[in-house]
Amino acid sequence: MSDAAWAATSAAAVPARAVAARHSALVRVTHWITTLCFLALLVTGVEILISHPRFYWGEAGNINTTPLFKIPIPASRASVPTGYGYVLPDQNGWSRYLHFQTAWVLVLTGLLYIISSLLRGHFRKNLLPAGADLSWRACATEIANHVRFKRPGAQEAWSYNLLQRLTYLVVVFVLFPLIIWTGLAMSPAIASVFPDTVSVLGGQQSARTIHFFVTLFLVLFLLVHIMMICLAGFKNRMRAMITGRADTNDKERL
Amino acid sequence: MSDLSRRKLFTAGLATAAGASGLAAASALAKRYGLVPPDHGGLYGLGETLTYAAQRVLTSHSMAREFPPSEISNPPFANPVAPFGDAYKRLQAGGFTGWRLSVDGMVARPGSFSIAELKTYPSRHQITHLACEEGWSYIAQWTGVPLSCVLEKAGVLPQAKYVAYFSIEPDWWDSIDMADALHPQTLVAYGMNGAELAPGLGGPLRMRVPRQLGYKNVKFITRLTVTDDLKRFGKGLGSSAPEEGYAWYAGI
Repeated sequence: MSDAAWAATSAAAVPARAVAARHSALVRVTHWITTLCFLALLVTGVEILISHPRFYWGEAGNINTTPLFKIPIPASRASVPTGYGYVLPDQNGWSRYLHFQTAWVLVLTGLLYIISSLLRGHFRKNLLPAGADLSWRACATEIANHVRFKRPGAQEAWSYNLLQRLTYLVVVFVLFPLIIWTGLAMSPAIASVFPDTVSVLGGQQSARTIHFFVTLFLVLFLLVHIMMICLAGFKNRMRAMITGRADTNDKERL
Repeated sequence: MSDLSRRKLFTAGLATAAGASGLAAASALAKRYGLVPPDHGGLYGLGETLTYAAQRVLTSHSMAREFPPSEISNPPFANPVAPFGDAYKRLQAGGFTGWRLSVDGMVARPGSFSIAELKTYPSRHQITHLACEEGWSYIAQWTGVPLSCVLEKAGVLPQAKYVAYFSIEPDWWDSIDMADALHPQTLVAYGMNGAELAPGLGGPLRMRVPRQLGYKNVKFITRLTVTDDLKRFGKGLGSSAPEEGYAWYAGI
């Protein structure tokens, strides 16, 4: 088959498709760096956590202290009473090295994203909800659509809906700053320079406990985010976040 | 090539050149001001150097938080130590009267101190937080002689950059830079909560570095060495911690 004939057949078989720009290069690059960082921080964070799977409130806490709660898993240190008859292998050394190195990459990437998004109006244009969207009726409709797992219409591939905007804003401006703050508050050197940033949280053990809960919220966000992408059309959304362009004639459903 | 892509290429080239020269300048400055940790090689060297340099710049005059007596953790907690060696047991049987802390290296007057001698020097009491890298912590009142006072008695030479300290137990040593060594809260500690420092908590002598994590606070110390180069000690990584996979600098 000649090239021309092949082109003619395939054009007939597949309806004409158009692609259009969706995500800027900055959003795509920072999105995927953040994704990799988050996964590395999560794995190493779990490794660090299992050396002492107990949480406290206040400044100090150890096995002689009543914990706020315990996670019922075996520990990687023999001194922690877990009720299990064995001790997991200790992986704290490389986990801590990687955790902090990745934290640097994440913080610098986050700063790049926030500063350039402010300069380019990304937050104002794409993430801040419009006034009309914030009415009770609009909110109720949006929530009802989500609760019923109603799939978004094609036009939604080109902008974010209200719940999506609010969620992204909370992740960018609440959860990430909070996890960085509580992480830094656990550092004895940082505590010596900015003591109030620790006492406001209730103490260094409180900071550790809040760090854990913010991680849970971020993991919850990640799971819902992936679920929503699958519901809305995995291929087209992934294509948009990788190549920056989306299919204008998106008929894809799962 | 269109104008747009030429401009993009130019901008990208400029950014790369600026980034590369920025990195080179940063690395030269970091070396000059002693902001590169001894374990800067390897996969995690960049993160370690960034953390150490940033925290060193920030903490140049900072003091570890001190707490009221009501915050003291009762009882304190320390990870169990391995069974004591013969050298320790012998000194313990003698009530630690024979325990000596020797000081050598880049000092004008090398020598050694008994615990009784250390107690005649001006002492410092401080209620500070000790956090283990594992996640637990406690607050205790520590009593000891500031390391800066011991170093002053020995006469530190101006080219000194680090103080390495060694436990009586084998393969247990660490080091700190002069910023921490001369810091007023860095103690050669011999007392806790109004009593002698118990053997389980590091007695009779323990290094206390409150702006760093627990593992920098080596227990049962018998020797200090002042140096300008940590390459000569152990595997050259600055302490026994990096040899087991842990960072030399533990301000985080």
